[in-house]
Amino acid sequence: MARKTIALRIKRQDSPTSRSRWEEFSLPWQANMNVVSCLMEIRKHPVTRDGHATTPVHWEASCLEEVCGSCTMLVNGKPRQSCTALIDSLGDGPVTLEPLTKFPVVRDLQVDRSPMFDALKRVKAWIPIDGSYDLGPGPRLSPAEQEVSYAFSRCMTCGCCMEVCPQYNDKSDFMGPAPIAQVRLFNSHPTGRMNARERLEEIMGKGGLVDCGNAQLCVEACPKDIPLTEAFGELGRQTTLLWLQQLFGR
Amino acid sequence: MAAPRVAVVGGGLAGLMTTIKLAEAGVAVDLFSIVPVKRSNSVCAQGGINGAVNVKGENDSPEIHFADTCRGGDFLAHQPPVKGMCYAAPGVIHLFDRMGVTFNRTPEGLLDFRRFGGTLHHRTAFAGATTGQQLLYALDEQVRRHEAAGVVKKYEGWEFVGLVRDDNGRCVGLTALDLRSMKPCAFGVAAVVMATGGPGLMFGRSTNSIINSGSAAAAAYMDGADYGNGEFIQIHPTAIPGMDKLRLMSESARGEGGRVWVPKRAGDDRAPASIPDGERWYFLEEKYPKYKNLVPRDVASREIHHVCVDLGLGVGGDMAVYLDLTHVPRETLKRKLEGILEIYEKFTGDDPTTTPMKIYPAVHYSMGGLWVDYERTSDGFLNLASSRNQATNVPGLYAVGECEYQYHGANRLGANSLLSCVYAGQVAGPAVLACLGASKAAGETAASLLEASERKWTERFAELGKRDGPENPYRLADELGKVMLENVTIVRDNNKLRETDAKLLELTERWHKAGVLDQGTWANAPLSFLNQLWNMLHLARVVTLGALTRDESRGAHYKPEFPKRDDVNWLKTTVATFTPERPRLRYDSVDVSLYAPVERRYD
Repeated sequence: MARKTIALRIKRQDSPTSRSRWEEFSLPWQANMNVVSCLMEIRKHPVTRDGHATTPVHWEASCLEEVCGSCTMLVNGKPRQSCTALIDSLGDGPVTLEPLTKFPVVRDLQVDRSPMFDALKRVKAWIPIDGSYDLGPGPRLSPAEQEVSYAFSRCMTCGCCMEVCPQYNDKSDFMGPAPIAQVRLFNSHPTGRMNARERLEEIMGKGGLVDCGNAQLCVEACPKDIPLTEAFGELGRQTTLLWLQQLFGR
Repeated sequence: MAAPRVAVVGGGLAGLMTTIKLAEAGVAVDLFSIVPVKRSNSVCAQGGINGAVNVKGENDSPEIHFADTCRGGDFLAHQPPVKGMCYAAPGVIHLFDRMGVTFNRTPEGLLDFRRFGGTLHHRTAFAGATTGQQLLYALDEQVRRHEAAGVVKKYEGWEFVGLVRDDNGRCVGLTALDLRSMKPCAFGVAAVVMATGGPGLMFGRSTNSIINSGSAAAAAYMDGADYGNGEFIQIHPTAIPGMDKLRLMSESARGEGGRVWVPKRAGDDRAPASIPDGERWYFLEEKYPKYKNLVPRDVASREIHHVCVDLGLGVGGDMAVYLDLTHVPRETLKRKLEGILEIYEKFTGDDPTTTPMKIYPAVHYSMGGLWVDYERTSDGFLNLASSRNQATNVPGLYAVGECEYQYHGANRLGANSLLSCVYAGQVAGPAVLACLGASKAAGETAASLLEASERKWTERFAELGKRDGPENPYRLADELGKVMLENVTIVRDNNKLRETDAKLLELTERWHKAGVLDQGTWANAPLSFLNQLWNMLHLARVVTLGALTRDESRGAHYKPEFPKRDDVNWLKTTVATFTPERPRLRYDSVDVSLYAPVERRYD
């Protein structure tokens, strides 16, 4: 039997320093709704379930097809993109929306994920090309190598893996799974490999790979099925090798 | 005197490529974007990027790419920039390869290429079916490198609201709104490069990201920059219908063998797999035996519209046709199309490897955009030392990417958009450098100009922020989208276009009675949207009146009353100049000196 209404419980917070509160909304059910279309309906009629006027719910969204990472939030307690959170797949109870908890709240469901982008700087997640002019083709790569790298290059810095990681929190320096996996990507590229050492040194230091507790929740949470734990295994080998080289003065 | 800074507005492919070119030359760049640049709309591009690298023994060449592009655009694009782009394309792809983009490979380890619409050659390099995302990430990484080196300063979460122009009309800065503090701030720079993408939101639902309001380009237009060929809006033939957006189903699905069909009998409600081949109508293959399912997008969209609307043969009586990949080997689908098939399944619950997809056309891309100049050489290329390339009519203001009009004429070929974004960025960098070298632009912007602009916008947002009228801006935007979608897309009719313009004027009137919904002073999205909507309404008039005036059919612009292309009267660029009453239109001749227009046929 098709439902008639959708109930939403949304955790709201006016600013980084204000206290949070819950608001409840009730919307007419329509076919193929997702969480984003519910939030769009609310801003067209910003009224709570009790009939009180309120402000539109604030959230980040852009592509709505799970390639930009913007609209990540906790949907019924689980970190995921709200665009692919289809209402009919979320059960009959109220749908609960909360901001990610591992990043500072900007407002309502928007958080500040800039620590993730800063970490990409720290691990030098780029290929240091000579220049952006035409210097001919790049290095050859086997289809098998391409396939492995492609999996890692789909990381959209959404933060799901960071949210579920027990080691990533405000009491630890751990940089989290996403940036570390990018080291795996760049260190396997024929040109990127030339600077493998400086990336490895970065993740051998404070907040790096050793802080990973191997809970393996990250790989479960990744919406793009990026083999994060495999990357940590591979990087563990690479860092051990580098450590031995350094130990023996090479 | 301080070293000159340049502002780049927008962090998609075009903006990031421009930024890299400037940063490499040692010019400091302030990069403005409403979202973290890694989340820009370029991520939505799926199928690939064109370049005649000719790895399949087909004798492909940049010259054929150039001819395909001119013909695909129904000869409305100036040809020298197109020629420059097509000849630079192989180098562009190689550059991305060097940056580490995980392009698909041949067994020998070379770049693989696939087919796309409007060409008979394998010319499209691709990284699975998320090529735009992969190219954007490559440039994002390079820009992060320049950011770490201190040459680029990012303003993410800032929205461009207007230009700062001096007494001579030169653009000497911009004012942007901090989307958290909601405070406008003016920046004095030596030049501004707009790279703000397309206006899909004007049509309500489209394949674009919902950040693509076109508001920034519209603001530049209202500040004096001309707008070219606004009426040319591409409708992509294959999208997944949805409530919040129409998600793209890439042309690469057809490039890898996907077939479009409907049941021959109207109302046939059998499951697609149980409909025998003889009872299916592969209408594109039948009507276009040469290009088959890979006719250009304007042609395919019109045919699908015709089959569903005029003939009533849409699947299940709906506005939908089948896009069928079930005959393509699963391994090929996984390796080459995984990203988009995953998305289809996530949103519809159907597995496209076993069940044909249901798709329908959707607004996808604007060929039109801010008018930009170029300087040609005698052999028909661009003079890359010229400060005129990518320059708008406002001195010191440049435009690149989908927000400008230059490379695609009346219809864009698939996989040429990523190319045009990157090429324009590569051209704009040196052009801005030439501008800095040649003019007095490098001087510091007078503080009084910055203060005046900042005051103007502070007062404007203070006024908007107090609005408590009865109209809801998001519902007004819905009405805008509905009327534009109905009347200014695949089929256009002069009476309907007149009605549309009247509706736009009505909406503009009602905009004054719109409430802001949120009178807060922190991260107030409705406040920013209220300002955007004003700009969107004005840009919608440019699109609508351009369409009304152009009495012919060319590329994506189709009027049944005037079904033929009319080169005598309309082989002309539409140029719109803002006036408070209505856009003033003028018509400029097109440089078709390199490839004389021929009839456009794909059968």
